[in-house]
Amino acid sequence: MNVFSFDNTFEGLLTLIFESYRQGRFPDEILSGEGSQCILFGSTIIVETDDRKAERVWKGIISHSSEENAHRIYRVFLADIRDTPLLLAKFICFTIDSVKNEETNFAEPLVLEVHKLHQKVCKEAHRVQMFVRFQKTVEASYYASFAPMYDVLPLCIPHFRDRYADQSWIIYDLKRNYGFLYDLKNVSRVVFDELRVNTQNGQLHSALLAEDEILFQKLWKQYYRSICIQERKNDKVHRQLLPKRFWKYLPEKGIL
Amino acid sequence: MISESSLEKLKILAGAAKYDVSCASSGTQRSNTKGGIGNASAWGICHSFTEDGRCVSLLKIMLSNYCIYDCAYCINRKSNEIPRTSFTPDEIAKLTIEFYRRNYIEGLFLSSGVLVNPDHTMERMVSVAKLLRTEHRYNGYIHLKAIPGASPQLIADAGRWADRLSVNIEIPTENNLKLLAPDKDFKSVLEPMKIISANILESKAERKIHRNAPLFSPAGQSTQLIIGATDDTDHTILKLSSALYSRRDLKRVYYSGYIPVNSYDTRLPALIAPPLRREHRLYQADWLLRFYGFGSQEIVNAENPNLDLELDPKVSWALRNPHLFPIDINKADPAMLLRIPGIGTRSVPLILLARQHQRLNSTHLKKLGVVMKRARYFITCNELRSQNIQELKPELVRQLLLEKKAIGNDGAVQLKLFHPMMPALR
Repeated sequence: MNVFSFDNTFEGLLTLIFESYRQGRFPDEILSGEGSQCILFGSTIIVETDDRKAERVWKGIISHSSEENAHRIYRVFLADIRDTPLLLAKFICFTIDSVKNEETNFAEPLVLEVHKLHQKVCKEAHRVQMFVRFQKTVEASYYASFAPMYDVLPLCIPHFRDRYADQSWIIYDLKRNYGFLYDLKNVSRVVFDELRVNTQNGQLHSALLAEDEILFQKLWKQYYRSICIQERKNDKVHRQLLPKRFWKYLPEKGIL
Repeated sequence: MISESSLEKLKILAGAAKYDVSCASSGTQRSNTKGGIGNASAWGICHSFTEDGRCVSLLKIMLSNYCIYDCAYCINRKSNEIPRTSFTPDEIAKLTIEFYRRNYIEGLFLSSGVLVNPDHTMERMVSVAKLLRTEHRYNGYIHLKAIPGASPQLIADAGRWADRLSVNIEIPTENNLKLLAPDKDFKSVLEPMKIISANILESKAERKIHRNAPLFSPAGQSTQLIIGATDDTDHTILKLSSALYSRRDLKRVYYSGYIPVNSYDTRLPALIAPPLRREHRLYQADWLLRFYGFGSQEIVNAENPNLDLELDPKVSWALRNPHLFPIDINKADPAMLLRIPGIGTRSVPLILLARQHQRLNSTHLKKLGVVMKRARYFITCNELRSQNIQELKPELVRQLLLEKKAIGNDGAVQLKLFHPMMPALR
């Protein structure tokens, strides 16, 4: 049984593929991140991330399928769940070993599984665009907390950067404890050691809020209530479209 | 300006606008400008969902709920004694920007009761859009309601600032419209639609010559029909929609199940509940018109003037046309695949791609998202054939489909149709 371990980065995964081909051993199990030295499996092949090797695999994927397929693999990697590295390793090897481009062969279980996970990741990224709520701070910048199911913030940044180009903002992933900061010029990745945020509802400490922030949250909540047609209430559809896990970050759903 | 006292105004003017079902923010793709705020996303983005299951994409609000008209179906008719108020254009613009900056909304949908006269009202609405676009350098979505009877010049102005314009027909036949809305006739509603459509065509033609010629209502125009307030059949309604799509190039026709807001008015039917199921079936039929290549005559006609409330319109059509089935999944052309019950705009592209690699069987189809419990009677694929509509006859298939539905159907109507969807065939 071939067990690989890597640093849980996308480049790391691509390096892992490179090493598999070089050593002629393909993964049955992939361990990621720290604490992955698992003696139960005997020897573990530890992969040292190497950007040049990763680059070669990236190009290999493109030449065996398409650029879109390579980007799809990257987006699926952001699903950030335990089994994705192994799924993707199998999928990449399948892509490279196939004579024809198989990326649209949806009757093949591996292709379909990657396709479905890709749709889920994209949907979650879209939901970040839908449900992120900014709070205006005393410094007139805008802050939002969120906890997406998958690690999709990087996919949403271009959208927010274009739309909110004239206001500085931070979008912070509370689940993974990192975020992105836009300072009117550049977007950079940030990690806060001490976050003055109520993790229950993502609200900033009241001393940090702009004077009129609470007023606009109240207005929004009032609006949300007023446009509901009571005669048409439909709880089931409501919950399908607006899953409960998002409620705590939405001012219109909160207790204010 | 905006303060605590705005809360009450917002309550009244949002409440007054809620019966307009349009919520789309799609149809325009526009990047932000330098130093500006906002952009428009081609497929639109919903930002929340109300407890009635409708999407909240735009700040849907009335400039004022004072009105000089007395339409029987409208909550804001002048004879109703309800609290009345107005926002100033400044207040609406400020509210839009503040909501937009917090990512609450995708843009503004502004409507209004008719104050003084149509031109006066339209002018105020246009001033809001202009204020947003110029002073606030706002590039997000704007939908303006065109007021019936407003001058062509004002409608032309509105189209320059807005992404979408709409005029609500509300009542599908002229006789019924005159009965319920004595101040209106078909001409007053259809005329502005004609002006908008002419302006859109003109702007499109000019942009072919000069790339920077001004846009006119780039996301097109839409309208709304109230369902169940009159005795008009689905046949009448869909014939009208179909004509609007082809002749006026409308982007959307919305159907709004009548909610008895003025139950004292005896010209209106007494309803226990709004006709939600009929509304749902009409939306399905509308989807067939726009994305599935159906003609309105195929869905409803003189012999079948109303939609079957128990089965969706595509199944009903298939049951009336058994001679076209079964269809071979591995050979049929895309247009025919789209006509199979249980197969839709999501699964067709997948089938087309997958069958280039190998012949598909029912297990594959199921995994690709085909609803086999409906599709099975209408297809053949790469396996032993199962009993299809030719052997079972339409009546029995109908029975079988209804039995399947009875399980786990609590009558809740799906309103997912409000999602922007991608057409498989363009």
